[in-house]
Amino acid sequence: MLDEVAIVGVGQTKYERRKIGETFADLVFEVTNKALEDAGITIRDIDNVVTVSNDFQDGRTISSMAVMDACGAFGKNVSTVEGDGTLGALYGLMRVLSGAFETTLVVAHCKCSEGDQDLIWNSAFDPVYYRRLGLEAVSASALQARRYMDKYGVTGEQCALVPVKNHRNARANPWAQEAMDLTVEEVMRSPVLASPLKMLDAAPLSDGACAVIFANRWKAGRMTTKPVWVRGVGHCADAYYLGDRDLAGVDSLTGAAKRAYGLAGIVDPRKEIDVVEVFEAFGYQELMWLEGLGFCDPGQGGVFTAGGNTLMDGPWPVNPSGGVLSAHPGLVAGLVRIAEACLQVRGDAGARQVDGVRTALAHGTNGLCGQGHCVWVLGG
Amino acid sequence: MTDFQSGVEPMVYSGRIRMPYQWSAGETGSRFFTQLRDYGRIWGSRCRVCDLVFVPPRKVCGRCLNGIGEWIELPPAGVLQTFTVVYRHRPAIHPADPPFAYGIIRLDGADSGLIHLLGEIEPGEIVSGLRVQAVLKEKRERRGDILDIKYFKPFSA
Repeated sequence: MLDEVAIVGVGQTKYERRKIGETFADLVFEVTNKALEDAGITIRDIDNVVTVSNDFQDGRTISSMAVMDACGAFGKNVSTVEGDGTLGALYGLMRVLSGAFETTLVVAHCKCSEGDQDLIWNSAFDPVYYRRLGLEAVSASALQARRYMDKYGVTGEQCALVPVKNHRNARANPWAQEAMDLTVEEVMRSPVLASPLKMLDAAPLSDGACAVIFANRWKAGRMTTKPVWVRGVGHCADAYYLGDRDLAGVDSLTGAAKRAYGLAGIVDPRKEIDVVEVFEAFGYQELMWLEGLGFCDPGQGGVFTAGGNTLMDGPWPVNPSGGVLSAHPGLVAGLVRIAEACLQVRGDAGARQVDGVRTALAHGTNGLCGQGHCVWVLGG
Repeated sequence: MTDFQSGVEPMVYSGRIRMPYQWSAGETGSRFFTQLRDYGRIWGSRCRVCDLVFVPPRKVCGRCLNGIGEWIELPPAGVLQTFTVVYRHRPAIHPADPPFAYGIIRLDGADSGLIHLLGEIEPGEIVSGLRVQAVLKEKRERRGDILDIKYFKPFSA
């Protein structure tokens, strides 16, 4: 798959707690135009569109059809993914790889402020067996965090290093929602949501949208923007029922990474990847995902992070954008990781740019407690 | 043209989707819940190919995609694999006032964990690895759903 498809344009909104003045279609319109402008093209150059949305989040049946006008899909082939933005991007990529299309616009939107996230996440549980127990994303993730910390002896302080780092990184990202200077002590002292998870271990809720444009080699060569090539991609899913998995394990991420690395010809990610953007809805998840991606051994995510390896000036900067902990627009968040990795490869990441990036990794996750993962390797 | 949006009061429309459903429990779920309701028994299902016992029981093994026809009665006791004490107050979905605890319990003889509530234990006393047992509702109160098990409590012989 080497260098067959390039990302030629990206666009993001500012991520905010409550975008009271804009509809979700307004956000789609904004990022569609930003991505087209970034690519130096017009909507006439786009031959198909993939939208990413969730009907529960939008409070609307077939919500994707409601943003058709806003993303320029009128008269075009448009299809939708209900899942993380990395999966919408995967579908968009495949449409170009199939040869049937030359340029795909992928656009994701979510206004987490408009629905009730606990009710929406409770509805992710099986209605017959489990929903009446009242579980939601925070409680379920807390079960995973406890298991991970117990199994490997990872500490709350090690997990707290992630929000400290990511909120600090966010200060250099104009799109981020929560940029701040925090200490590990402040994270540890923040109110417990569901033990062991505390308020500052958790991502905020955000409203926002993101767009990414894929083009085949021929089209990419005719655009003004420096193409960022998709070197490899992999997706893999684990069991639905939480009790069927060892929640401290990262099998599906290991599987996804192996496929992406295989396509990209990457033997050792530590030697070949310069910057990483992961989907960490909670601090402990960044530690686990680094294990699954092969940057450290199972159970070593805490020690690896405490060693400064993932800081902006460390050997493998992780989430220079501030990550999902600094802005969590639901299923948009994975597409943001791709957009940010793309900017890093182009050298266009502004104040959050990591020096000398040749290869970047973007990661998204879908379902409860990292049931499914999608890994992207991008290069210049 | 002047910016026609400047100075406009943002309007917000409140609404609510009320959507009743009638979810079939299926053969497997129906058997699990009628056995729980009528006899207070917990059943799992065993995949003969993978030699794995699942609870809640299911009809198909996700690992090998073979149908599962074998039922296994499980004891109402097992080991706590992980837990959380919830401090958030969300009465719209949570079954109890905070603090209350969830756990994943591996029943003896099962290869998967059952998520449920923990009870009759102080939050500070809960640890992974604890032996726990199911506390069922009285038979007349049981309705054939997961809350026919009230919670799991520390095991007492």
